[in-house]
Amino acid sequence: MSRVRVLVGTRKGAFILSSDARRSRWKVDGPHFGGWEIYHMKGSPADPDRLYASQCSAWFGQVIQRSSDGGRTWEAVGNAFAYDGIPGSHQWYDGTAHPWEFKRVWHLEPSLDDPDAVYAGVEDAALFRSGDGGKTWAELSGLRGHGSGPRWQPGAGGMCLHTILLDPSRPGRMFIAISAAGAFRTDDAGKSWRPINRGLRSEHIPDPTAEVGHCVHRIAMHPSRPNVLFMQKHWDVMRSDDAGESWREVSGNLPSDFGFPIEVHSHEPETIYVVPIKSDSEHYPPDGRLRVYRSRTGGDEWEALSRGLPQRNCFVNVLRDAMAVDSLDPCGVYLGTTGGQVYVSADGGDEWAPIVRDLPAVLSVEVQSIS
Amino acid sequence: MIQVVLPAHLRTLAGVSGAVAVEAVGQATQCSVIDAIEASYPMLAGTIRDRATKRRRAFVRFFACGEDLSHESPDSPLPDAVAAGREPLLIIGAIAGG
Repeated sequence: MSRVRVLVGTRKGAFILSSDARRSRWKVDGPHFGGWEIYHMKGSPADPDRLYASQCSAWFGQVIQRSSDGGRTWEAVGNAFAYDGIPGSHQWYDGTAHPWEFKRVWHLEPSLDDPDAVYAGVEDAALFRSGDGGKTWAELSGLRGHGSGPRWQPGAGGMCLHTILLDPSRPGRMFIAISAAGAFRTDDAGKSWRPINRGLRSEHIPDPTAEVGHCVHRIAMHPSRPNVLFMQKHWDVMRSDDAGESWREVSGNLPSDFGFPIEVHSHEPETIYVVPIKSDSEHYPPDGRLRVYRSRTGGDEWEALSRGLPQRNCFVNVLRDAMAVDSLDPCGVYLGTTGGQVYVSADGGDEWAPIVRDLPAVLSVEVQSIS
Repeated sequence: MIQVVLPAHLRTLAGVSGAVAVEAVGQATQCSVIDAIEASYPMLAGTIRDRATKRRRAFVRFFACGEDLSHESPDSPLPDAVAAGREPLLIIGAIAGG
């Protein structure tokens, strides 16, 4: 029988939530790395017992942890993230030049076919790769060397590379996103990159349709249709049908098109999920009601999903890496909040229930479907 | 042997309890002691000082013999009592809340 393992990163440690395919009774394991920020944890698609975790703190910096037994035991591996060459500068919040400095790893994306290969998206924005299980890291510096780096600027959370999507049908193609630079694509395994932001419009930059400078919050893709991308931007939910060559807005009837995560149903490539947030200055759900919105039409037409979610006095946020889907049938949808709740819907979003209510603020949620 | 007391999070990361004892190569300085710590406990590399610049991380302090040594040169000799192992070098996480 299939089971699921939910990997939860929080402000004060990591938690592993496990259930059988019914997804109604849960075992909670943790905290691992208690007291440390766990920005992201993710398992290898090629070996579900191989996990990677980004552990960091303001005091002691960055640590990368690796497990080879599904999270029972962990080993600290390499944390030397050295930019290739002279890092140069990017824009600071006030538009002045600011030197590139490594701060933390936001996202770890294991290779689709090699448990020892893993990508790391870091702040200040850059992409690193390890081919030895995280022991050593090398920057894919063609991204920062694209030439637009001096025009990138940090979002409120820092200048982070937070999204890494690997195209399963086209080895060498990869999509990444940076707050606040935008989305980029490589077709040659990271040697060269180009911005893919045509169609985005951002009123908070001097040229709203500039090539770079957009605060992309998250991109999602269904593996069966890697040319179709969905984006939650700072404001606006967007869609591309040509691998990022152009984007169009699909915010439709959402109560707010500001938000952070976006996900695609594991069996229905046109079914997508977002969590509308009232505004970029408030960072909580409209009307104090936590609602996931689902579109079964790939955007434009959205329905609110609220059964089992708090509908009064709820002022939490759901961060960009804190929503995930499993691959069971029916598809399970998971989200974690800054209030420490992790919710699951075992029926594609119709009904929700808390798995846990009182964790530290949730930074990331990933799920593994294990047969 | 030089006695070093690590902050709790770094003791957990290194898998040790209590003080650790290290042998500095050459004169006992902040730099040579941290070199020895990182050689014995590679998982601590980068957690006390920056890997590239060797500068003390901003929220880490060094105390010994009732003195704050954080702003001493990393290559200055540590107090004789620390070098002789009679007093520990205390590596402290700054009180910063959170």
